[in-house]
Order: sequence, then C-alpha cells, then structure tokens
Amino acid sequence: MNLQQAKFEYLLRLGDSSLIIGHRLSEWCGHGPILEEDIALINIALDFVGNATSLLGYAAQVEGKGRTEDDLAYLRGEREYRNLLLTEQPNGDYAATIARQFLYDTYTFFLYEELKSSKDETIAAIAVKSHKEITYHLRHTTQWMLRLGDGTEESHQRLQTALNELWMFTSELFDMDEVDGLLINEGIAADLDKVKAAWEKRVNEVITEATLQVPVTNIKQKGSREGKHSEHLGFLLAEMQYIPRSYPGSKW
Amino acid sequence: MDDKKQLEQFEAKIAAGLKIEPKDWMPEAYRKQLIRMMSQHAHSEIVGMLPEGNWITRAPSLRRKAILLAKVQDEAGHGLYLYSATETLGVDRSELLEQLHSGKAKYSSIFNYPTLTWADIGAIGWLVDGAAIMNQTALARGSYGPYSRAMVKICKEESFHNRQGYEIMMNLAQGTPEQKEMAQDAFNRWWWPSIMMLGPSDDKSPNSDQLMRWKVKMESNDAIRQRFIDRTVPQAEFIGLKVPDADLKFNDVTGHYEHGPINWEEFFDVIKGNGPCNAKRIKDRVEADKKGAWVREAATAYAAKQAKEKLVA
Ligand SMILES: [Fe+2]
Ligand SMILES: [Fe+2]
Repeated sequence: MNLQQAKFEYLLRLGDSSLIIGHRLSEWCGHGPILEEDIALINIALDFVGNATSLLGYAAQVEGKGRTEDDLAYLRGEREYRNLLLTEQPNGDYAATIARQFLYDTYTFFLYEELKSSKDETIAAIAVKSHKEITYHLRHTTQWMLRLGDGTEESHQRLQTALNELWMFTSELFDMDEVDGLLINEGIAADLDKVKAAWEKRVNEVITEATLQVPVTNIKQKGSREGKHSEHLGFLLAEMQYIPRSYPGSKW
Repeated sequence: MDDKKQLEQFEAKIAAGLKIEPKDWMPEAYRKQLIRMMSQHAHSEIVGMLPEGNWITRAPSLRRKAILLAKVQDEAGHGLYLYSATETLGVDRSELLEQLHSGKAKYSSIFNYPTLTWADIGAIGWLVDGAAIMNQTALARGSYGPYSRAMVKICKEESFHNRQGYEIMMNLAQGTPEQKEMAQDAFNRWWWPSIMMLGPSDDKSPNSDQLMRWKVKMESNDAIRQRFIDRTVPQAEFIGLKVPDADLKFNDVTGHYEHGPINWEEFFDVIKGNGPCNAKRIKDRVEADKKGAWVREAATAYAAKQAKEKLVA
C-alpha cells in the first residue's frame, strides 16, 4: 500500500462515518420528541452531510480517477463502505440515538482535535471547521446524557439499556491498521491510542455524572475497515442510493 | 374606559398604520382570529416538515440533501417562532398542539397531498413556498406586531425555499426524458392544490370585511391567487412545463392570466379530513408526541433537580 492509497482509505473512513450517522439523524426529521430537538438534530445532520461532502470530495481528488463525492456516496456498495459499525446502528428510541451520538461525538471531538494539526493541509482545514461544529454537538449530547440519565426512572433505564447494547461497537473506534500506521508516520493521521485515553476518561466522567454504570462487555464487534458491516447498512444504502442507481448518468 | 371607546382607539391606531402589541387592549374577536390564524400557520410549518422530510434520506446528491435539510430546518424554525408569537396572545404551545392532535385545529390543506417522487420536492419549493410567499408578504403588513414581524423574518427564508424548488424543477425539465416526465407529473399534481391553498374564493369566504379593517387579512384570497398565477405561469413556460389547465389564457386587456374552474369540492373535502394524507399526517404527529413524552418528562425532572440543587448550594 502506498501513501496515496492509504490516504484515500483514511478519508473514506472519516467521510463515510459522517455520512452514515448524518443519515441516521436525518431519519428523525419531523418525528423528534420536541420541536427544539427536531431543529437540533436536523442541524447536526446538516453538519455531518457537509463534513462528509468535504471529506469524500477530497478522497475523490486523492484517488484521481475522475470520481466525485457523489459517485463515492451513491455508487459504492455495502462492502466498499468504511463507516464505523456504531454509526450505522438504528435510531431506536431517543435514548439509543443520544447514547450512540454521545459515544461518537466524544470520539470525533478528540479525533478531530488531533487532526487539526495534520500535516495534510486539506485534512487540517476540514478538521478545524468540523471541530467547532463537533464542540456544539458534544455539548448538546452531553446535556441529554445528563437529562436522561438523571431524569426519571424510565429515562435512566432506557439510557442504561442503550449504552449496554451499543458498548460492543465502541472498541472498533480505536482499532489501527496499516493505513493508520503509514499515515501516522507521515504526521497525517491521528494516533487512536491517544484518542482512546481521552475518550475513556470523558465518557466515564459523563456516564458517572449521569448516575449510570459504565457497561462491561467482552464482545467486540469489528469489521468496518474491511467493509464488513452489520445487516443494517444494506437497507440504509438501498434507500439513500436508489435514485442515482435507478437513473444512471442523470444529473440532479 | 368603556369598550366602545377602546374599540375606537384600537381601530384608529390600526387605521394610522400602527402595530398592536401583546399588552395593548384588543377586541376578543381580534385575539381569537389571530390565535386561529397564527396557530394554523405554525401547525402548517411543522406538518409541512413531513412530506419534505420524507425525501431527505433519498435526496439524489449530497448537495440536494444539504439544501433540503437546511430548508426543513428553516420550516421547523418557523414553526417554533410562530408558536412563540402565538403565545403572546395568552395561549401556550401545548394547548395548541393538543388542538392539532385532536383534529380541532387545521393546517394548510396542501400538506395532505403525498410526495411521490423526487420532483415533488421541487414542486413544493417552487409552488407551495411560492404561494406561501404571496400570502406572507401581505401578512407582513398586518396589524399585530409579533405576527407581522414574524412574517418579515420568515419571508426572507421563503425566497430561498422557492428558488431551490424552482432550480430542482428546471434541472429536471432540462434533463433526460424520464426526468422531464417526472417534473411534468409533479407539476400536474401540485398545480391545483397550490392554487387552492390560498383559500376559497372571495364569495365563499365569510366575514372578510372586519378582518380587512383590522388588518388581520390584508388582501382577498382571489387577489393573492391572481398574483401567484401571474408570476408562476411564465416561470413554467420558461422551463418548458405545461400548466395543467386547458382553459388558461392571458387577457391582453387586464394583463392577467385567467384560469379555468377550480374544484372547490376537492378543497373542502381535503379540509374536512378526506385528503390522501390527512390521517397519516396527524398520526405521525401524534405518535411523535407520544413517543417523546418520556423524554420531555425526563428533561423536566432533571431541570427540577438542578433547580433544587442550586437552592441548597
Ligand atoms: Fe415556512
Ligand atoms: Fe418554506
């Protein structure tokens, strides 16, 4: 694997995760628990779509085969997608959405903090812009972790259940392979060990503050880096991609 | 001061072009009518999120997806803003939502039609937001301060909604034969409902005189409809779409388009609840409200605990 291939792969991982979790959030549109949350979720989804557009656009450029960000988003299949398994998990109830979002926002908060000083200027610029947005996302989801965790008996139970069910997807966030190794050497990618330490500290603090228990599990789901996903992704992509795939070559 | 005197002052103020503010004296009929109109408007914004939200996950490009998300977010913001403006008249949001869920309150009949293809998203922006702009620029001159200011703010965003919709339609109309057909089909389905959403014609619309004098209503439905048609027909022709009205013709003398007969039976039928999506829209709203109940309870309980801690600390 050369540097260009590694960079392309790395950008897909970042961009796909944004796109897929943004898609999940947008599914809430018009169905949120309160109008203010509808607005917040759409706003966050919009940030993710914007971030994915930048990252996939850059990925296409790095690849240099004349593909566009839309080609990458709409014309790759399940096995070519590189988003984290966590991001494709269904919305469930509001507790499940908040738990998923909190775990992911905390991750990207520390990940993009590192990427702000990437030696790749484009990645650094995208990270600077995104980190501002993520700071707001994380504040929002942290508030909801506290509200639901320390709200009523029911909300506490629901959120604890959600955390327990999602926990098996968290170890994958910090897996590193040849792609990471190559790019870390060049000062381009983030060292996920460092991100992991910061993530664990923050996540434990918030879970405890929310009067919840940090889940314990030995189950570790992984595979997204090789395009091995949960069964949910296929349905998501079928929905997302159906127009461009039904009318090949058309412009929208 | 007696009521008669107050009413005189109230009417004089309006005649002089001044705004009525929440704490000012107002006739009960004025307050009631405004609550009805403003809450209907607010409900329309949030029910309107459903047919458009229906296509966010299927938007055909990342750019279109972002634009649609931004638009629907605007509509949610309009809803929030309008509920707050309505609350200045002494009624709260939960009460208004209750009326929406029970079917007592109405919302714009247009959102009871389904969005069947991607072209419908273009048609809604172009036609529905286009018609709404016509109505809302008139309402921006209305006498009730909070509503009039809300309209000014909202109209600015509506023109972006209108443009993005027209852009989608133009793109389709100039695309492949399949895309062109999709655009024409959406236009055929949305044209008449958009014309009707501006309300029944003047001879079918009761008690307009007083509302006009009080500047609750600024223009007759027919006048607004005429402006909408005059503006939209040339836009359709420009992108090569055919207006689905065999009787439509331009009158050289008046300088206006004359349209064929409107199917008011359909309009009143949809208002009564018999449109293709009435039941689905209300069901979606009621379900979202029910599913969100425990979330709102948790937020309230948490806020109460925080307030208590603050007192103790
Ligand atoms: Fe609106
Ligand atoms: Fe709009």
